[in-house]
Amino acid sequence: MSAPGEAAAGPREEILRRVREAVGGPRAARPPVPRDYARRLTGSEAETRADVLALFTERVADQRAAVRHVSADELATAVAAALWGREAKQIVVPADLPFGWLAELDGVRALADTPAVDMGTLAAVDGAVTGCAVAVAQTGTVVLDGGRAQGRRALTLVPGYHLCVVQADQIVGTVPEAVGRLDPSRPLTWISGPSATHDIEMTRVEGVHGPCHLEVLVVED
Amino acid sequence: MTPSSPGRTPSSAGTGGDGTAGTDGRGTAGARGPGPPPRPKFAAAARAALTDTRQRRNLRGATAVARGRAAAATAEPADWEALREAGRAIRDETLLGLDTHLEGLERAVTAAGGTVHWAPDAAEARRIVTALVRATGAAEVLKAGSLAVREIGAGDALARAGITLRETALADLVVQLGEDEPSHLLSPAAHRDRAEIRELFLRKMPGAPPDLPDDPEALAAAARAHLRGRFLSARVAITGANFLVAETGTVVVLESEGNGRMCLTLPDTLITVAGIEKVVPTWADLEVFLQLLPRSSSGDRMTPYVSSWTGVTPGDGPAEFHLVLLDNGRTQALADEIGRAALRCVRCSACLNVCPVYERTGGRAYGPVYPGPIGAILTPQMRGVESAADASLPYASTLCGACADVCPVKIDIPGVLVHLRGKVVESRRRRPVPTPELLMMRGLAWTMGDPRRYETALRRGTRWVRLMSRGGRIRRLPGLLGTWTEARDLPLPPSESFRGWWRRRNA
Ligand code: SF4
Repeated sequence: MSAPGEAAAGPREEILRRVREAVGGPRAARPPVPRDYARRLTGSEAETRADVLALFTERVADQRAAVRHVSADELATAVAAALWGREAKQIVVPADLPFGWLAELDGVRALADTPAVDMGTLAAVDGAVTGCAVAVAQTGTVVLDGGRAQGRRALTLVPGYHLCVVQADQIVGTVPEAVGRLDPSRPLTWISGPSATHDIEMTRVEGVHGPCHLEVLVVED
Repeated sequence: MTPSSPGRTPSSAGTGGDGTAGTDGRGTAGARGPGPPPRPKFAAAARAALTDTRQRRNLRGATAVARGRAAAATAEPADWEALREAGRAIRDETLLGLDTHLEGLERAVTAAGGTVHWAPDAAEARRIVTALVRATGAAEVLKAGSLAVREIGAGDALARAGITLRETALADLVVQLGEDEPSHLLSPAAHRDRAEIRELFLRKMPGAPPDLPDDPEALAAAARAHLRGRFLSARVAITGANFLVAETGTVVVLESEGNGRMCLTLPDTLITVAGIEKVVPTWADLEVFLQLLPRSSSGDRMTPYVSSWTGVTPGDGPAEFHLVLLDNGRTQALADEIGRAALRCVRCSACLNVCPVYERTGGRAYGPVYPGPIGAILTPQMRGVESAADASLPYASTLCGACADVCPVKIDIPGVLVHLRGKVVESRRRRPVPTPELLMMRGLAWTMGDPRRYETALRRGTRWVRLMSRGGRIRRLPGLLGTWTEARDLPLPPSESFRGWWRRRNA
């Protein structure tokens, strides 16, 4: 009968009226939200930059993702080695992935993502290589925002393997720091370990619908 | 099979009628009879659940593991109590300014290219969802973990319109194939063990290999293979939301399998159904909830996948985004100054995992949608306490307080339960015939008002009660007292009272 858009005016006012009635008339000023929680890492975890990076590595590994530290010069070799280790033949990468990252790929074809690449193709490739926007040491998380070297969300979702390159200066200590750095108007994906479930007798199983394998390379200078 | 099953209790709107077919006049009026039989009271449902030893064993195992994981994860941050306090305050702040936040949310979502729909009750929400799916022409809709979608009964409504709603989370798939009710907020299939799941997959999942082993890895792989093609060709998906950011119009979803990401990324049209209480005021508020929720629920430092999106993004994800904001009794809960604390809930399920009653009865005894301690306070508020089943929920607790200790947003669940019991009693008091409890309490007051009367009553009572025992326990008290033993066995009273013994000893 009616398109949902047309019907929206009545129900909207109805709900807002009920809310106002429920909450009551003039509202007194409320005390501010107490925010006494930590915004940054404290104690021994954060004494030096190296401690923060070490914490990140430890927490990523806790989630059963592979993680390695490399220098900027070694990155291309490390990317290639990771792919060779998985016997990958064909991977997909964001169109703006720095060319140098793939400089050593021998025998692995890298497909640059374009709108013409369909889901069937993404499902058929052996993996995806991307960068990230921010990484969180405390939780072992990489966050992608679709910006440079990250591509659209389907890239890191449909292929079974995701190799994520993290620059050391992208790693922050805590969740509040990460939230502060991110732009909510972009589509964000926080990734902490591979896809997992505990739904069968609370036994952890990796790789349900998302990538079964996550590998992280931390680039230090 | 269709997602609707005969044994399923349709959820009903807190306000207005429900259970009838769509009112959109397309000739789909369901041939539903006079309506389902009334849902049993908690105690009756629980008694049935208690006899299911397999379910009890499965649940005991699942809750113990979940409890342990969450306990470890919440003990780790030194600032956990400060986070809880902030979480509580932000949620309260949200609820008290909900009208402003909802308007802000609508503005922001619309500005980012999304469309906002308002559903005062379940019937309206079903109509909106059905119309949106119909408009796409799709015959199948994928669904990723949403309690709100279940609450409104979208599955049945879509089925009547000839559209199949397909569950994509492993546990939801198990529940759907098994045509039963979810038993846990986070692991809806916690009542099933691996052998049962294997058997279900073999029987109900087309393409499951006949030699499917029953180890969890193989079962997960079978589910992955079953859904893969569907994800890649999906045109419409329905999801829920964990948080809606009023300031920015951002929707946030936490999940661990990746089915949520599939649903919110791959289809052309995305429909998100969320209760109006899911709002948080600002983007920065997420810094609190992205710590509280993962640790309290799955016991992860961070849930494997956290996705957020604001409207639509050209070239990445759905071209169309619809947000359905659902009231369905929430404003009724909001109007209760004490009870409204229940709306702070972020559905972490920590309270279920520590609840001794839940561990034994399972989620399905709590009725539709919201199980465990939070269900016991939320359901009667959203639906009112007129029906016997809903009025029985505030009594589904021992008031031990474990739930309040773990709740990341500090909901005083026992306090709200007691408050709601008061409301139930109040609503019964208005009835012309006094309730058995009231008569009994009056009688007790008279008896206990005088020591002589009290002692006589005690001696006689003891003798009577011992006569009723079988095997040293009392399973059913007679007459009006029967309510007490609906879900409890009583130990035998000792043959001699303390007073009697004391007197004899000093004689
Ligand atoms: S009431 Fe508290 S503990 Fe229970 S599910 Fe809600 S937020 Fe979690």
